[in-house]
Amino acid sequence: MLKQEDLIFEQSSPGRKAYSLPACDVPEENIASLLPQNCLRVEEPELPEVSEVDVVRHFTRLSQLNFGVDTGFYPLGSCTMKYNPKINEEMARLTGFTRIHPYQPEDSVQGALQLMYELADYLAEIAGMAKVTLQPAAGAHGELTGMKIIKAYHEFKGESQRTKVIVPDSAHGTNPATASMAGFKIVEIKSRDNGEVDVEALKAAVDNETAALMLTNPNTLGLFESSIEEIAKVVHDAGGLLYYDGANTNAIMGYARPGDMGFDVVHFNLHKTFSTPHGGGGPGAGPVGVKDFLVPFLPKPTVEYDSANDKYTLNYDLPNSIGRMKAFYGNFAVLVRAYTYIRALGGEGLKAASEDAVLNANYLKKLLSKYFYLPYERHCKHEFIITPKNLKEYGVHTLDIAKRLLDYGYHPPTIYFPLIVEEAMMIEPTETESKETLDEFAAAMAKIAAECKENPEIVRQAPHNTVIGRLDEVRAARQPVLRWQKA
Amino acid sequence: MVKSELKYSKDHEWVLVDGNKVKIGISDHAQEALGDVVFVELPEEGDEVTANESFGTVESVKAVSDVYSPVSGKVVEINEALLDSPELINSDPYGEGWMIVVELDDASQLDELMSAEEYEAFLKEEE
Amino acid sequence: MNYLPNTDQDRSAMLRAIGVSSIEELFGDIPKSIRPQKPMAIPCGLSEFEVKKLVSSLSKKNLNLEDLSCFLGAGAYDHYIPSFVDQLLLRSEFYTAYTPYQPEISQGTLQAIFEYQTMICELTGMDISNASMYDGATAMTEAAIMACERKKNEIIISDAVHPEYREVLQTYAKSLGIEVKVAKNVNGLAAVSSFEGLITKQTAAIIVQYPNFFGNVEDLSSLANLAHDNGALLITTVVEPVALGILEAPGKCGADIVAGEGQSFGNSVSFGGPYLGFLAAKDRFVRKMPGRIVGETVDNQGRKAYVLTLQAREQHIRREKATSNICSNQALCALAATMTLSALGKKGLREMAELNLQKAHYAFKKLTALPQVEAVFEAPFFNEFVIRLKKDPEAVNELLLKDNILGGLPLKRFYPGMENDVLVCVTEIRSKEEIDFLAERLGGM
Repeated sequence: MLKQEDLIFEQSSPGRKAYSLPACDVPEENIASLLPQNCLRVEEPELPEVSEVDVVRHFTRLSQLNFGVDTGFYPLGSCTMKYNPKINEEMARLTGFTRIHPYQPEDSVQGALQLMYELADYLAEIAGMAKVTLQPAAGAHGELTGMKIIKAYHEFKGESQRTKVIVPDSAHGTNPATASMAGFKIVEIKSRDNGEVDVEALKAAVDNETAALMLTNPNTLGLFESSIEEIAKVVHDAGGLLYYDGANTNAIMGYARPGDMGFDVVHFNLHKTFSTPHGGGGPGAGPVGVKDFLVPFLPKPTVEYDSANDKYTLNYDLPNSIGRMKAFYGNFAVLVRAYTYIRALGGEGLKAASEDAVLNANYLKKLLSKYFYLPYERHCKHEFIITPKNLKEYGVHTLDIAKRLLDYGYHPPTIYFPLIVEEAMMIEPTETESKETLDEFAAAMAKIAAECKENPEIVRQAPHNTVIGRLDEVRAARQPVLRWQKA
Repeated sequence: MVKSELKYSKDHEWVLVDGNKVKIGISDHAQEALGDVVFVELPEEGDEVTANESFGTVESVKAVSDVYSPVSGKVVEINEALLDSPELINSDPYGEGWMIVVELDDASQLDELMSAEEYEAFLKEEE
Repeated sequence: MNYLPNTDQDRSAMLRAIGVSSIEELFGDIPKSIRPQKPMAIPCGLSEFEVKKLVSSLSKKNLNLEDLSCFLGAGAYDHYIPSFVDQLLLRSEFYTAYTPYQPEISQGTLQAIFEYQTMICELTGMDISNASMYDGATAMTEAAIMACERKKNEIIISDAVHPEYREVLQTYAKSLGIEVKVAKNVNGLAAVSSFEGLITKQTAAIIVQYPNFFGNVEDLSSLANLAHDNGALLITTVVEPVALGILEAPGKCGADIVAGEGQSFGNSVSFGGPYLGFLAAKDRFVRKMPGRIVGETVDNQGRKAYVLTLQAREQHIRREKATSNICSNQALCALAATMTLSALGKKGLREMAELNLQKAHYAFKKLTALPQVEAVFEAPFFNEFVIRLKKDPEAVNELLLKDNILGGLPLKRFYPGMENDVLVCVTEIRSKEEIDFLAERLGGM
């Protein structure tokens, strides 16, 4: 009996309260004697007045209008919606982690610093990098950190003419946006028909203005760039560096390390590969690893271990550092979850996770290839692309299929990305799904494919079983209503 | 739909010549490809525009496109109605959906544009 | 411990279906030359019980605020969090969901963000708010970038803004060609005179913190006038938003953009993160606003619903021309803030702000009455203030810690010349007894 929920403001009733504050136990002064009249608030903010049960029911009902990994299969390509282990949540909520202040004396937070130091060390090992910073708050934030490191390095070497960053046309949108925010110009190169980087086009694009190539490997089509060594050589020979977008790391743990492929800088998405929850859009964490020649440029502070005194410390003395990317040290509670996950799985467990992620993807690809068009037929890594090209004549689009999946109780794949494949559906099952789940999903997709032929209208009008139907996004953008207003 | 009295660029802009001034907009084909336009960004009167460089953007819900000026010159008028009613680009691309009027630097730039017939052929080729 | 449902039988069946004989074959396109020579040097996996023991042992190596009287603030505030908040955050429909790109099955997240945006607008006196940013420092920095234009790319920031926030601004500004000038405070306040000497035609915005890093309450109106008279914007950063329960909304004082930190509402201090940055502005900046924004619309049957909107501003569409590269928000932290503000309501927020104000002023009086302590500034303040000690503050803090008191922040790490100065914070959860005990201990040194 799901139904829509009124805004919390619309449930307000003057005089109700859902808070409990201590009485004022100090002698009270007249407020006018403490603050000047002109800075006192005149109008109260229009916050709701509700009881505790009102708030609790409101947000419980809102949660029921959501779909999470715990609700069902969530094959959202590029996002690695794997199961979020519950022990991670329990560990992140330990008082010894939640209630420590970032400016406490270092001696009083040795456990937190040790956890960060060790996590950075594990990540460096997984990626084949010399050192990792945990400061960035998200993948895109990590990218920006990494690109600023590359910029600082070229400038340090006196090569500030290196202003161009090469990005394949299959890249995540963050790549060009990040490079631009780091002050670079973008050179886009086209992919080959097989979905990989066109090495000849790359050769033609590099010169003494090349700062870096940003690459995801496996790429956004789920394909491993098998010419990676040659790609790395072309870029390095031209004096540029290689940036690894770590969004797809879940495909390769234990099988290949970005550092060994020739990458100089890498970011991780702890909320993808290392099982920390996506939280409805954050918080995540985007640690960045670098090769040893880039270590001096890492953001400050870094976490260090002083073995002589068996003490963990924060090091601010980094004259060549790019500076600071956020206040304090990173999304610490997210780091606790990732640490817990890595320690639970161990090196072998991480490798096994990548193996099953790739196995599940190839299996599902095989099942779906009976009903949909497969633009790239070779073995994929952790994700793959299908399109409804074979159903084009029935006037059904990818969006329709995605919406119809909602009726069958699934979260749709990533749609219309990568941009280089028309009507793309990008599917990433992850390792935490069973064969049965994949079989059932494939069966639902088969049904939808049949519906496209027999009753395309039911697909085009989908979803039918959700609380609301398709939204008028044009209206939302033409006449933006971005907040509630008191009537 | 292509209008015969206009000239067209390869970036799907149209031009209506009136002496040394030209009115510029995007073609019916372009508006259809974009979908429902939700926002239009225009230069200010007095700004200089350069041929083949972007002078503004047109946004739909899921896409944003640069609009390239077919000619160089000074902007002497902008269609302020678009700022509040961007949908005019969809409903009347060659009429009320016009974008800017430019005073030409060099009338010979117009020779590089396509006639309606040429543009139609160009569209067929692009398909 | 692993979370893999497939059995070996499943795997065999799947490999057969794919038409390969081993999983290794699926990795065949990774050249042998780049394969790792040895297994990852990461400790062996552990059972759930063992992991719990291990991670708990790390947590126990930290002294935590449960056992301390905390007088430390400076950008991370220890406030009351209603018990229900964390229980609701554990609703996995919230925390295991991705970005609400499929609105039909994401109305929970979307509506909560819409409510959040409304609350941020109400608190700040702004017209629009985005769905949140990484933290206060990055939100303030994005506000500065938002304010800059081609011909105006200079920012003047008060040195009474949180030093780490200023560092983040400097880091971002460097590669964008934005020049950052720093205006010195006068007696703990941003002074119009300091800005006057620096402001030029290229100045895009001036930035002040409200209340500022020293806890003092800036006079925003005069700064707004100065900015506006010079064709610049006033960006106000609010790091302790509880203050907005009693202080005039920055929007009412002339601020054009308000960016700050929302941790104080429902998010624990957690060693510095995750927190949530908020970013709010006047209507006219809507297309320049970075990050996600939720808007109201209707579905195909006319029912009211919420959706991510104005997406053409964002990186996944505009790519290198996007306002920012940000693609996430701190949704769960923003949700915690929304729940907490819902619980507090207009009366509770006011009450909480008054408690902070009263207790901080009591502490200020009590401490500065000691011969060992003197007041540094005379400006009006909210829940933080600066005192000067006769002894080295770090040594003093060490002694206090033995009595389970977490002393204030020694300011010399950020402000050379303030060698013996300490920034003290007193929130609503500090009792009179704790404040008196701090005074007693300081008095005995």
